[in-house]
Amino acid sequence: MSLDISQDGQGAIAEARRQAEICNACRYCEGYCDVFPAMFRERAFSDADITQLANLCHNCRGCYYACQYTEPHAFALNIPAALSEVRAESWERYAWPAGLGGQFHRSGVAVAAALVAGIALMLLAMWSWAPASGDGFYAYLSHTVMVAIFAPAFLFPALPLYLGLRRYWAEVGGGPVGWAHLKEAAARTANMKNLSGGQGQGCNFEQEDRYSNARRHAHQATLWGFLLCFASTSSGTVLHYGFGLEAPYGFFSLPKLLGVPGGVLLTIGAFSLAWLKTKADPALGSASRWGGEMAFVLLLGATGLGGLVLYAATGSALVPSVLALHLGTVLTLFLLTPYSKMAHGAYRFAALVRDAQARP
Amino acid sequence: MSDPSGTTWDVIVAGGGNAGLCAAIEAAERGASVLILDVAPKAYRGGNSRHTRNFRCMHQGPLSVLTDSYDEDEYFDDLLRVTKGKTDEDLARMTIRMSEECLPWMEAHGVRFQPSLSGTLSLSRTNAFFLGGGKALVNAYYNTAEDLGVSVIYEANVTHIDIAEGRFSGLDVEIGGQTKRIKGKTLVLASGGFQANIDWLAEAWGPAARNFLIRGTPYNRGRVLRDMLDQGADSVGDPTQCHAVAIDGRAATFDAGIVTRLDCVPFSVVVNKNGERFYDEGEDVWPKRYAIWGRLVAGQPEQVGFAVIDSQAINDFMPSVFPPETADTIEGLAQKLGLPGNALKETIDAYNAACRPGTFEPNDLDGLSTEGLDPPKTNWARPITEPPYYGYMLKTGVTFTYLGLKVDRTSRVSTAAGKLENVWAAGEIMAGSILGEGYLAGFGMTIGTVFGRIAGQEAAAHVA
Ligand SMILES: Cc1cc2nc3c(=O)[nH]c(=O)nc-3n(C[C@H](O)[C@H](O)[C@H](O)COP(=O)(O)OP(=O)(O)OC[C@H]3O[C@@H](n4cnc5c(N)ncnc54)[C@H](O)[C@@H]3O)c2cc1C
Ligand code: SF4
Ligand code: SF4
Repeated sequence: MSLDISQDGQGAIAEARRQAEICNACRYCEGYCDVFPAMFRERAFSDADITQLANLCHNCRGCYYACQYTEPHAFALNIPAALSEVRAESWERYAWPAGLGGQFHRSGVAVAAALVAGIALMLLAMWSWAPASGDGFYAYLSHTVMVAIFAPAFLFPALPLYLGLRRYWAEVGGGPVGWAHLKEAAARTANMKNLSGGQGQGCNFEQEDRYSNARRHAHQATLWGFLLCFASTSSGTVLHYGFGLEAPYGFFSLPKLLGVPGGVLLTIGAFSLAWLKTKADPALGSASRWGGEMAFVLLLGATGLGGLVLYAATGSALVPSVLALHLGTVLTLFLLTPYSKMAHGAYRFAALVRDAQARP
Repeated sequence: MSDPSGTTWDVIVAGGGNAGLCAAIEAAERGASVLILDVAPKAYRGGNSRHTRNFRCMHQGPLSVLTDSYDEDEYFDDLLRVTKGKTDEDLARMTIRMSEECLPWMEAHGVRFQPSLSGTLSLSRTNAFFLGGGKALVNAYYNTAEDLGVSVIYEANVTHIDIAEGRFSGLDVEIGGQTKRIKGKTLVLASGGFQANIDWLAEAWGPAARNFLIRGTPYNRGRVLRDMLDQGADSVGDPTQCHAVAIDGRAATFDAGIVTRLDCVPFSVVVNKNGERFYDEGEDVWPKRYAIWGRLVAGQPEQVGFAVIDSQAINDFMPSVFPPETADTIEGLAQKLGLPGNALKETIDAYNAACRPGTFEPNDLDGLSTEGLDPPKTNWARPITEPPYYGYMLKTGVTFTYLGLKVDRTSRVSTAAGKLENVWAAGEIMAGSILGEGYLAGFGMTIGTVFGRIAGQEAAAHVA
């Protein structure tokens, strides 16, 4: 790992380093996740080492409930919270343009305000550029306007995320990425190994010291649901431009076959995550970012639900209002991606790739 | 819970560590109503057990995370060696044999194991490590007990056991500042040793005990043990015998646990406060020697020692929680450690001069021995010449005491008048029945699990 060892400093990184040094003399939690084996390869921790460990941590909380040194013990270990703080700070630090990060991470109100703005924008667009004719959604918002808004919105997050990841990679001293690294990281993402408790018993999120796979499964539903929805939209684009097949599509079309299960998974997954979050102890995460994280999960769930409702409302008078709500939600979700919890996907994956490189 | 003094419990368990929990689970599974009383608050439940990392387990072939095999005779020989024969062969062999079936029983009751931790590969054959350590084990047992309907009261200090005519009928317990009497048909004593009672240690060791550090829970103060001894319970063991290791002298007086362990001794020169060496630091591999250093340091003035290494050795052992003192000269290091500079310099010079060329092998007995030095250092004797120099203060860290209740194969407690009809003991409180002196890593949890289970089964059978 990186060689610049800075031992001083206050704040989240210094606190996480203090705790990591205690863990390194204990090692009892080695089998829970990838964080501890990575930690125990080092004898001293640079700021970058701590940032990498923080992004590897999935906040499963196994190491909190197993720790003999949690408060009231003077060592006051709380690895999930300490790494959570470092992690969230790192995303805020890497956000581009700088300064945009903090608001949406911390404040649920800011996310809600962004959502209102997104929906208002869609209403405005539908009202200003009401199409003369068109089928399905295109009766309310022409295909041209939709592309004009969403093509940039879908592409935009790529740039800040790329710039952020590049800084992350340089900071943690990542090397050239090979297929094997990507494959390992993808496998760990696909089965959420780091929420498995190391042996498939799950994490300690909503039932304190009892293990449960609820969060792991909810997260998987959300992830796969999101990817399916994304694939659905992409397949629509391909059908439109590649084959001249325009929406609305029937149920046995690619966009629907991907989109309906995707929407169901995303909705169930995200709302389950939100519900689990209400059961879990906020003191084991980044307490100051609880609101922003919760708002983001709800936004994800609303994206899935909105799509399903829109499908269900096909042909009814509700379509224009539901369409505005749904498109506004999607727009907000994408524009906030680099500045909200959504960014964690990118950094988490990068951390897994980096770890695959560092594992012996 | 409703007032515990309203019921007559089938089984009362005094102490909710590993031994008490094993007893409670066994008894509850046999249909008994069970009450656990523990003096600690919930956050510190699980006594010393919450600090552990593994248990030593016999096995005929690969078993769960354990590699290869570890049979009864080898296990018993290991025990015989460390106790110098001061053990009860019958009880010891029974414990060893039963350890094998404990592992699957533990798994079936929620305990998870993990491969031997990094830096402890030498134990992968003999010791099964708990995933997350002892607190995770304790949590798993509390959850299992809760599912079985076991009642638990924390901050409940058992102060007196009522025994009349060879029978237990009830006990006194302080809960919330009030003394209550709770009635029970049977009793399992699992309240640990008395190591956290420094006054009691001082009775045995003299004032030296005031400089000891207690590695585990501050709640094992021997209150129940003393009460039983005062009532004539048969005891076993010598009050000065205990498991004690040399730990970082900067550790808190209680409960600092595993992280203050110092594994640097074999690669060090260890001196007392006068800067003089006093024992062969390289006598054997560290896992076989670390348990004698607590007593060695206890025998030195002011019960302190100082381990000195140089930069060549700093990565040869697991880091401890506190960074070492560092200096570019031996005199500078002496000053930081509060040692006489000239004396330390002389000791190191004499040691360096007695070192002989050879290959240093940190993980094996490398035979690199000093010549003409008294006491010698018989392995890993590499000159200490490469600054920066590092130093750690060592103090005696007591793990648990051995003086305890004498039990038989059924875990039953007795007095001069014979066996008590309905009282059993398990764990540290009776470990002296098997450990006369010395210690075998992971044996404390084995004793607690084996005898805890027996005690729970016996108590349940008694009320059935
Ligand atoms: C740092 C450390 C590491 C260790 N590592 C290992 C290891 O890896 N493997 C191993 O085999 N052994 C290890 N040991 C030893 C091991 O902890 C003990 O042998 C074992 O835990 C004893 O179990 P027990 O149930 O008898 O006692 P404990 O687990 O100590 O439980 C006793 C309980 O009784 C309660 N109690 C005490 N007095 C009263 C009272 N008056 N009223 C009510 N309750 C009372 C206490 O609060 C406590 O919860 C270690 C010990 C320490 C300190
Ligand atoms: S979290 Fe606690 S138990 Fe786990 S490795 Fe760190 S110090 Fe040890
Ligand atoms: S919270 Fe879970 S993932 Fe994070 S370090 Fe602890 S055990 Fe590992």
